[in-house]
Amino acid sequence: MAEADPSQIPLEQRRPLSPHVQIYQWSPTMAVSIAHRLTGIALYVGTLGLAAYLLAAAGNARSFQTASALLGSFIGQLILFGYTFALMLHAMGGIRHIIWDAGHGFDPEARDKLAWGSLVGAGALTVLIWIAVFILR
Amino acid sequence: MSQQTKLQTPRAAVNRLGSARSGTLHAWRQRLTSFALLPLTFAFVAILVSLVGRDFESARALLGSPCPAILLILFIGAGAWHMALGMQMVIEDYIPGEHAKTLALMTNALFSVAVGLAAVYAVLRLSFT
Repeated sequence: MAEADPSQIPLEQRRPLSPHVQIYQWSPTMAVSIAHRLTGIALYVGTLGLAAYLLAAAGNARSFQTASALLGSFIGQLILFGYTFALMLHAMGGIRHIIWDAGHGFDPEARDKLAWGSLVGAGALTVLIWIAVFILR
Repeated sequence: MSQQTKLQTPRAAVNRLGSARSGTLHAWRQRLTSFALLPLTFAFVAILVSLVGRDFESARALLGSPCPAILLILFIGAGAWHMALGMQMVIEDYIPGEHAKTLALMTNALFSVAVGLAAVYAVLRLSFT
């Protein structure tokens, strides 16, 4: 389908454009919305790591040792910690969206509470998970 | 762009370019998979945490036993579908060129299937060897 070149159309007849993202004042809902998309992208990439780990465990003792050593290294632990927080924040974002889909939590106070609540909840769950990791270690 | 110069009917000009009662299917699938993933995510985290400190044999025994294996396969299946749907939106939002967009959408679909099937294969291999 051939589209008309917008620069050929007189300015006052062009379709309106939304302002650039930098124009808007930051709000909690905007921040968690962007974080939801970013964590989604991060988890997408992380799935490759999950598949690689499972394949290493399904392989032999050597491939499992290599995977364990990588995950146990400082960088590996840092990535795992980030993955945990991304997973929890995205899951809390999912709960927030379920609440909104059900038609609740749209007034200014409630939507900011949901935004902050998902961040605090994700942080708390991440800390709890890593406490369990350090106890079992 | 006057209508008289076109041989196409208005219907033909827009055919397959928009919603024909399937407009909410993507959104519905996104929510269906997210609903499934909520409990599965916590099961997945519990399995990962209980892997801490295990050697090769006991890690294999855990990952290959029926309950963790089934939960992992469900998590991977719902997760791969969910991430394909999510990345599709990201691509549609940010990649402007038609050819680049189509290529990215194809890559996304194929990558999601491939990574999901590879992970499921690993779990099945752990279960049956």
